[in-house]
Amino acid sequence: MGANYLAILPEISLAVLAALLILIDLRLKPERKHILPGLTAGGLLLVLVATLLFARPAAGAGESIWGGMLRHDLAAYIFRIIFLFGAAATAILTQGWKTVERRGEFYVLLVLSTLGMTLMAASADLIMLFLAIETASIPLYVMAGFMTSDDKSTEAGVKYLLFGAATSAVMLYGFSLLYGFAGTTDLYELSAAAAAGDLPVLGLAGVLVLALAGFGFKVAVVPFHFWAPDVYEGAPTPVTAFLSTASKAAGFAVILRFLLAAYPLEVANWGGLVAVMAVVSMTVGNAAALAQKNIKRLLAYSSIAHAGYILMGIAAGTVLGATGVVYYLAVYLVTNMAAFAVVIIFFNVVGSDDIASYAGLSRRHQGLAFAMLVAFLSLAGVPPLGGFFAKILVFAAAVEANLVWLAIAGVLNAILGLYYYLMVLKVIYLDRSEDESKPLPVRRSHMAVLVVCLVLVLVLGTVLGPLYDWSTIAAGGLF
Amino acid sequence: MQFLQFLQEWPLLSIVTFLPAVAGMLILLIPGDRRETIYKAALATGALVFLISLLVYLGFDVDGGRYQFIEQYNWLPQLGISWYVAVDGISAPLVLLTGIVMFTGVIISQRIEERPREFFGFLFILATGVFGVFVALDMFALFFFYEIAVFPMYLLIAIWGWKQTREYAAMKLTMYLFIGSVIALIGGLAMYFASGLGTFDMVALEGANFTREFQILWFPFVFIGFAVLGGIFPFHNWSPDGHVAAPTAVSMFHAGVLMKLGAFAALRVGIMLLPEGAKFHLPWMIFLTLVNVVYGAYIAMVQTDFKYVIGFSSVSHMGLVVMGFASLTPAGYIGAGVQMVSHGIMTALFFAVVGMIYDQTHTREIAKLGGMAQKMPFVMVAFVIGGLVSMGMPGLSGFVAEFPIFMGVWMSDKPWIAIVAAISIVITAAYIIRLIRRVFFGEFPAEFEGHVHDVRPSEKFALGLLALVLVLIGIFPGIMVPMVEAGVEHVFTLLGGM
Repeated sequence: MGANYLAILPEISLAVLAALLILIDLRLKPERKHILPGLTAGGLLLVLVATLLFARPAAGAGESIWGGMLRHDLAAYIFRIIFLFGAAATAILTQGWKTVERRGEFYVLLVLSTLGMTLMAASADLIMLFLAIETASIPLYVMAGFMTSDDKSTEAGVKYLLFGAATSAVMLYGFSLLYGFAGTTDLYELSAAAAAGDLPVLGLAGVLVLALAGFGFKVAVVPFHFWAPDVYEGAPTPVTAFLSTASKAAGFAVILRFLLAAYPLEVANWGGLVAVMAVVSMTVGNAAALAQKNIKRLLAYSSIAHAGYILMGIAAGTVLGATGVVYYLAVYLVTNMAAFAVVIIFFNVVGSDDIASYAGLSRRHQGLAFAMLVAFLSLAGVPPLGGFFAKILVFAAAVEANLVWLAIAGVLNAILGLYYYLMVLKVIYLDRSEDESKPLPVRRSHMAVLVVCLVLVLVLGTVLGPLYDWSTIAAGGLF
Repeated sequence: MQFLQFLQEWPLLSIVTFLPAVAGMLILLIPGDRRETIYKAALATGALVFLISLLVYLGFDVDGGRYQFIEQYNWLPQLGISWYVAVDGISAPLVLLTGIVMFTGVIISQRIEERPREFFGFLFILATGVFGVFVALDMFALFFFYEIAVFPMYLLIAIWGWKQTREYAAMKLTMYLFIGSVIALIGGLAMYFASGLGTFDMVALEGANFTREFQILWFPFVFIGFAVLGGIFPFHNWSPDGHVAAPTAVSMFHAGVLMKLGAFAALRVGIMLLPEGAKFHLPWMIFLTLVNVVYGAYIAMVQTDFKYVIGFSSVSHMGLVVMGFASLTPAGYIGAGVQMVSHGIMTALFFAVVGMIYDQTHTREIAKLGGMAQKMPFVMVAFVIGGLVSMGMPGLSGFVAEFPIFMGVWMSDKPWIAIVAAISIVITAAYIIRLIRRVFFGEFPAEFEGHVHDVRPSEKFALGLLALVLVLIGIFPGIMVPMVEAGVEHVFTLLGGM
């Protein structure tokens, strides 16, 4: 329970990085401001390396530190790496995004939001958890509405803020009830009390519904998904990429810990509720995605569907299920980041997010089209890409937990998903357009992000061992 | 062959599986405007793969162990997933089949004008998937490669296919096959957990002793899920549309090899791992295959499009394969094993011929064609050989394959099915003979005068190779039947008694 500075090294260094960025931004001449994205990404990567080297916890159940506020375990560690990677990639992808790239405050917000996420993954206390979620969310509201001259962006910011505030309030109300029942805000003490049967089961179930409103909003599952399409479409695309990868992973980190560590399955049987949410979420997400004409909206609905697949792993409530969740999130991060990188590169040149405008891309830029092919097939769950094994893990978890109906609902949804991913690839590879011979310049840094993500997609789909081991150990620590 | 046994020490199966994909990736790196280099690289890969698959076939020892060329490496031991490959008497001929079809498919794809680099790239990734399924003894690896074999089809048909139906046919095919494979996947996962062995190793799972209820519940999922790709009625609908829309080499690959993938996986995962379920369900599923056989042949007869005739004939002939399985008699299985190879080569030959004629005449309307024998006599000879195989003429591979199937069905408890199914041979003879007469003989249409010529020597070579295999198996059944017999013997130790 003592002071463990190394354990919060990522948080300390992120806070320092944010402060440094404010100072640098003040001192930087306007014509030099274009170095800000690179500087932020470099800083985040340094934090990432430092985290990898120094903040690794011992394997096992982990320990509570800082007066029980945080949990130092492998789950938090892996999620931190996911967030830092996502934030660094996002920073690089903002290069060339005109309303953003020269604004120091944007990068400060990005770093602070990442800080909130790393705390979310480690929070072991209701109050800490709430503070972490707000620290992660409030910068995101601003970032989503950053293009103040663009109506859609402003709408996105306001909508995100209103939904976020409402669901946060509901969640906080749930937390207060929980404190009322148990007299403690420590998740692990709560868990012990619940397991001992000291808490009213009906009350716990009620709180769960309230808390899920807050968490469900972060990960965009039905019925807390209504903000997602509009915000994804309106926000600057790098912010959308960040929202759909790191922010979603942060939400799932909280759900994992809250449900598995603090809400013993044998006391409050939440498996059925989560399973139903999973099915509804993937079905609604996939069905709505079928009709989309805008690539960002399509990816928004696809991300709702993927939240559903990931929930399958949680509904199983087993080590294999939690392993699948961690694996899925890591794969989803690199896959979706690659897809959004293509969207961003394309938008920077062409200025359109319409799916129809991607016609002829395979003739215009072979590599970019291939990148989209790999990313979308991974989202669809086609081997040898990461998405295949991630899906296998969550389906297997469902079958293992005797939720065969859930697995069947999952695979049928995977077919729906495949359909609309293929429709986009059809436009890219098959349809012709007049712009085919026009050049499509790609920044080296963007290409680097793309290549790193695609290689990881392939590696995570074929070299299964290392991440699986990490995921299992992280998952095991939660039980 | 005895003197080739030393080959068993070599990791030939891993090489033959990964070589196409690696070569495909390298071809994707060649600058797109260097068509000659691209074609030569593809041809060299095809020849090499054919050679290796031939070595696997020749190196297989009929009296040796049940699985040969075994390689096993850890992949994800935590979940019991390994790279565990080997061939048995049933899959070794299929490896050779894939090698032949890939090689000849590349040869006749010289005319591909549009983006040949991507064409060969995707085609070779598909080939890797096919080899992977035929050699996998690990269920995870089998699903992994099965889906790799399915998805490139979409792009291959959608980009290079026949303009009028390609988008529809490609999507229909992909959807059907994916639904089948994911349904089978759930069954596979259920087996994994129910066995309690914690391994995807299919040799271990053969001894898992699943309860009878479990087997009866899950067998239809697994068997039908895979058999969709084998074209089983009523899920055969994707197949003629897909074949017709696909470019020639892809049709060859698809009807020649991919459909066998479905039948083979249904055997390997369905029948061999769930034998009690097979014995319970196959006696009624044989009716589905009867519909395949007779209805497929009948529909083929009334087609006016050359390529649709061949497409529906595949549905009919693949029905015979699954009927052989469903007969639950050793003879039926031996016939089915040989039929997979015989039909694969035959249908590849048919589609190659259709492609060659269409390339020059730009029509597939049977009514508009005629007299092709005058211009391309060699093609006619090859097609007639294929046609005779299709009718099950003795002395050719079709007889070696179909006779045991009918015999097996006759020996099962429903002999009348063999009688009804045999009617299909008459119908087949009718449409094949009609096809030969209309397309190759009769008057040569004046509109083709001047621009229809004989095919290239390389194309003759491809047709000759395919026809040669059909004749060889027909005259010397001993080069294949004992091998298949050895594989079938093991299937019946699982099914209980020969």
